[in-house]
Amino acid sequence: MPEKVSDSRGKKEEMAGKKKNLDIRGLVCPYTFVKAKLAIEDMELGEVLEIVLDYPEAVHNIPKSMQDHGQKVLKVEQTGIKEWVIIVRKEKD
Amino acid sequence: MEFSDAQIQRYSRHIILPEVGGKGQKKLLGAKVLLVGAGGLGCPAGYYLAAAGVGTIGLVDDDVVELSNLQRQIAHSTGTIGMPKVESAKRTFESLNPDVKVVPLKGRLNKDNITGIIEEYDLVIDGSDNFPTRYLVNDACVLSRKPLVSGAILRFEGQVTTLIPHEGHCYRCLFEAPPPPGLVPSCQEAGVLGVLPGVIGALEATEALKIILGQGEPLKNALLIYNALSASFRKVKVPRNPNCPVCGDNPTITELKDYDAGYCQMG
Repeated sequence: MPEKVSDSRGKKEEMAGKKKNLDIRGLVCPYTFVKAKLAIEDMELGEVLEIVLDYPEAVHNIPKSMQDHGQKVLKVEQTGIKEWVIIVRKEKD
Repeated sequence: MEFSDAQIQRYSRHIILPEVGGKGQKKLLGAKVLLVGAGGLGCPAGYYLAAAGVGTIGLVDDDVVELSNLQRQIAHSTGTIGMPKVESAKRTFESLNPDVKVVPLKGRLNKDNITGIIEEYDLVIDGSDNFPTRYLVNDACVLSRKPLVSGAILRFEGQVTTLIPHEGHCYRCLFEAPPPPGLVPSCQEAGVLGVLPGVIGALEATEALKIILGQGEPLKNALLIYNALSASFRKVKVPRNPNCPVCGDNPTITELKDYDAGYCQMG
């Protein structure tokens, strides 16, 4: 399972609060959400997670599940022919 | 600890539950549960605890696997007849889930060893097949303030209750003393539908997981009764008895004692 979680706190992000990146390209449901949820659990309230993915179904499922779990979906954007970015802010422990 | 990829797959259906998540799964992996009895109730209860990833399962049982057990004791198999039940069940549970460590304790609990054994565990599940053990486990858990999930079965009916000492009722609040041996059904009378301990054992495991996770309402101050023939559940309120001899306001039982084992045992 390819996965990459890293801190990407450039000067810009530092001003906007901490941000984490999660690359789940290559993963399918439900592991796309499982990985995203585990990453969110390890973050502080108010921190932002940027998820890169290539599994089309998860583009709808991850934001829906994140909302159901009390998190705030800030952005869902297609960044390539088969690549999307979802940005979520942690609002609930 | 970080989950391995295999653990993420194995526990994915737990992790996606808001009530469990990765944090809850880590609680399960760090939990220690003592199972009293590796028979009809202990087999399914332990099987589900192992599947759920409860990290340490202590198993107490004195018996070896017999052919007549296999109608209901699903952790054992034809190939393990003659083997101590704790070893047979250990083999089954650990092969289901290598994250689980099963501690086999072959022998019987008594007033001298029980306190030292249960203090190693977070909670106790009683799946014993006899009244002396049932009362000993109750009294020891009350005196050690250890949560206890208790189950019992006979013929087509079973019951489950969860005892949180000094918060809710205990077994003696329900039934103050063991019945005299003559009133307990003999081996010929005491058949059991093979699947019944599966239902009750699974309910016991459910209660244990809820306590570990800190989710939901335990069966505190209540007895859940299942009747297989009428396909019905009944939940009966059981208040704590302030005059209970062990958990009451002025207890008369302040140390453990052994009862005679003059009962038919069939698990």
